[in-house]
Amino acid sequence: MSFSEIRYLVEKEIKLELKQKYVINGILLYLVSTIFVTYLAFENAISPETWNSLFWIILLFVAVNGISKSFLQESPARHLYYYTIASPQAIVLSKIIYNLLLMAVLAMLAFGFFLLLMGNLVVNLPLFMLTLLLGSLGLSSVLTMVAAIASRASHNFSLMAILSFPIILPLLATLMKVSGNAMQTFDWSGLSGLIVILITINIAVVALAYLLFPYLWRD
Amino acid sequence: MKRDWWKYLSGILLLYAIIGGFIVDVPESMIMETMRNLFYHVGMWFGMFAMLITGFIYSLRYLRKFNETEDIVAVEAVNVGLMFGFLGIFTGMIWANFTWGSPWVKDPKLNGAAVGLFIYTAYMILRGSIDDVQKRAKVAAVYNIFAFFLWIVFVLILPKLAGDSIHPGNDSPPVLPMHLYPAMRLIFYPAMIGWILLGFWIMQIRVRIRKIQMLIEQ
Repeated sequence: MSFSEIRYLVEKEIKLELKQKYVINGILLYLVSTIFVTYLAFENAISPETWNSLFWIILLFVAVNGISKSFLQESPARHLYYYTIASPQAIVLSKIIYNLLLMAVLAMLAFGFFLLLMGNLVVNLPLFMLTLLLGSLGLSSVLTMVAAIASRASHNFSLMAILSFPIILPLLATLMKVSGNAMQTFDWSGLSGLIVILITINIAVVALAYLLFPYLWRD
Repeated sequence: MKRDWWKYLSGILLLYAIIGGFIVDVPESMIMETMRNLFYHVGMWFGMFAMLITGFIYSLRYLRKFNETEDIVAVEAVNVGLMFGFLGIFTGMIWANFTWGSPWVKDPKLNGAAVGLFIYTAYMILRGSIDDVQKRAKVAAVYNIFAFFLWIVFVLILPKLAGDSIHPGNDSPPVLPMHLYPAMRLIFYPAMIGWILLGFWIMQIRVRIRKIQMLIEQ
């Protein structure tokens, strides 16, 4: 595994995505319409807590939808071809990096639409941006791994949700807690511990994906 | 016979826990005699943990050698763990209804247990959706390792996120004076060992049944 290998694979993912624009457009429309439905459902002004919970739940659903295709977009024959030319570690890291980019873009867009429709309730913007970044990495690494697992089974759409929701909870709960902190006046006590937890979960999940993915890749 | 000593031990310990648990003096408190449930309800969680850790270890071992027996042990350990988990939830709900006034309360320990049940039920569904035996074993082992790790993280960080548990024993001033009395300790610890051993016993029988079924099918 080398860095150039990962770079080529990430470039390939981006090119593939731009070539099949309907997939990414579908996810974008999903994101916008979900936010719009929520906006209509909550007619009156919403509290910061509700804003925060809705934001992360919507982002979770968008992430599950966007990432579940990771290992389904290409045919098994194409996977066999990659198997012969690239190391499994490079494959999984490139997918995680690509999904991280995708999630970062989607998270920014979701934030933009929230600002537009639900008003700005974020007080501490830098902290919120940090949560978005750590959240994108966490969602992308956990869900990429679950997508790889689900792609080996049949009926994998509902599988993706039932496999990922319970195991994404430690990450999602911590993210909500930290970004909830970004909605009130700054208070560092307790926050540093939560951020350390987030970073640790992210590193550990990427390490687990790196170690476990080869077993899924080899048939 | 010599190798079965732990099964006798499990029976003796549990018999001791059942008899002792009903005759030991429990201290006066607002939960009154229901405190005796401690010997049985908490044992379910000890059993569940022991079984899920066994499942995790056997999944790791499966990925080293790809020996089918280890996959069978992993899945049966999870099965017994799920059984303990459901029993723990039910015994807890009856008890909670009496002490806290509602069968389900917002508490980190309850949420951790419920998420554990979700994860391992999903594990069973994942297994069911793959037909090929070796592929199933491999994919399930990967999921088990990944999910067990995240579940442990969840159980560990939850109290930090959600504030204090209303379960006793979290260093918070206990709602219930249940920092075990010496007389109760004498029943509690043997009971926990007994439940864990019972779990291994059930697991061993289930593994044997699976192996026989496999031989019949071949």
